[in-house]
Amino acid sequence: MHSVAVTLIELGAIILGLGLLGAVAVRFSISAIPLYLVAGLAFGSGGILPLTSSDDFVSIGAEVGVILLLFTLGLEYTADELVGTLRTSAPVGLADLVLNAAPGVAAALLLGWGPVAALALGGVTYVTSSGITAKVMGDLGWLGNRETPAVLSVLVFEDLAMAAYLPILTTVLAGAGLVAGAQSLAVAALTVTVILYVALRHGTLVERFVASPSDEVLLLKVLGLTLLVAGLAQQLQVSAAVGAFLVGIALSGPLAHTAREMLTPLKDLFAAVFFVFFGLHTDPGDLPPVLAVAAVLAVVGVATKLATGWLAARRAGVAFTGRLRAGAALAPRGEFNIVIAGLAVTGGAHPDLGPLAAAYVLVLAIAGPLLARAAEPLARRLRARRSPAPALTEAEETP
Amino acid sequence: MDVERTALPGIGLQHVFTTRRGRQVGVVSHRNGRRDLAVYDKDDPDSCVVTVQLTPEEANALAELLGTDRVVERLAELHRQVEGLVTEQLPIAAGSPYDGRRLGDTRARTRTGASIVAVVRDGGVVASPRPDFAFAAGDTVVVVGTGEGTAAVARILTDG
Repeated sequence: MHSVAVTLIELGAIILGLGLLGAVAVRFSISAIPLYLVAGLAFGSGGILPLTSSDDFVSIGAEVGVILLLFTLGLEYTADELVGTLRTSAPVGLADLVLNAAPGVAAALLLGWGPVAALALGGVTYVTSSGITAKVMGDLGWLGNRETPAVLSVLVFEDLAMAAYLPILTTVLAGAGLVAGAQSLAVAALTVTVILYVALRHGTLVERFVASPSDEVLLLKVLGLTLLVAGLAQQLQVSAAVGAFLVGIALSGPLAHTAREMLTPLKDLFAAVFFVFFGLHTDPGDLPPVLAVAAVLAVVGVATKLATGWLAARRAGVAFTGRLRAGAALAPRGEFNIVIAGLAVTGGAHPDLGPLAAAYVLVLAIAGPLLARAAEPLARRLRARRSPAPALTEAEETP
Repeated sequence: MDVERTALPGIGLQHVFTTRRGRQVGVVSHRNGRRDLAVYDKDDPDSCVVTVQLTPEEANALAELLGTDRVVERLAELHRQVEGLVTEQLPIAAGSPYDGRRLGDTRARTRTGASIVAVVRDGGVVASPRPDFAFAAGDTVVVVGTGEGTAAVARILTDG
């Protein structure tokens, strides 16, 4: 009985603490992810107040958090949007992939961490946090802007790239031989194809199975189906995250909307637990040695995303200010970078990968939105410097 | 007038048009019913200067404010333009044979030559109602046609 009491007290303290941190994040209109990470760092191994007895719950909760994060990511876009984007935005998407994965791959190789860690770190530097980006664009009133469709297509493409990347990463991490590796990759590719096919051609079947007038039934069916497919995918060496992601893609239309509304509170809870868990298992003592690398990667990561946004917006026929905004909007990294690092660390990649990813995300989850806020004033300044005359008349006109 | 429509993956749809005086106005329709009204910069057509977030109720209210008066104005204009054309507002009284029946059932245009162009219900206007529109007692039907035609529609609506 005693241990139950301690566990409950610890859990309550963690969740209440997260709530208070979330309130701070809302107050300053920033992402709560870096705060959750810091909380995890503070209470984890080597932190100021290590928690021990709630570990079991937190680690299962973190798994569920990853699954729900990926599931809602899949829900975000319909299968049609994914295919449509692949048709129209593949060049920009590929440029995004190459520009942003390259620094991570290069850094891991230069540090001598080996090809597996390079693959993982490439993923960590690549993915933009679609959650933070969408929130920033909503907060700043950018949704109507001309570059917004281009920015969103980049996010959708990254989404698709994740569907291909995660199975590859998990296979490589499993470190199986060439034959076994090829086998599990083939299984993964087949699973992904089958689920995408079902989602595209027979999406109504899945929807008919899940649909229910009762919210409660819908919640249980969707959550159960997601966890079940995630577990099966894990069993097939495809990674639970990918399975959940694909279930999300298979659901679309009004049902997806309801499912997202129902599951978002659960996702928020378990995702927060996941970030704490990641922080808990990262020793703050490991951070200082990787800080310099993280800082360099962060600066490069901002530059490469600015370039991506610039390209995407230019392709959409958008002028200077919009191109800068597109780049700044893409800069934040967050949840999925941590998910990738988490997979890599549990998969036995280089131990410094975890702290490096934590530091990287800490910097960019905070700096990204700030950069976005600064984008428009910066663009005005740069434009004024380029052509002082029109800027003057503009200033005269405005009262 | 061209309305440019763009899909916003994960969010919804964006509609933008340019006014005759050269200003660009857009609406971002979120999947959850939220609407953002966006007004673009005069000098930089890529950027919004103002974005107003509207809940579904607020968006409806705004649409009604913009739309209701337009229907009435358009009718008045029509009236002025064509000599001999009459606009009548005819109530569907409780006990009318068309209370609960569909607009198509009246066959008003075939029988009288007059058209039902709008229905006013609960303070809102349904412009250009379709044949499957179901009348309810308390509706006001706006009819356009000759004096004879609209009088005939009035008889149809009360007596069948």
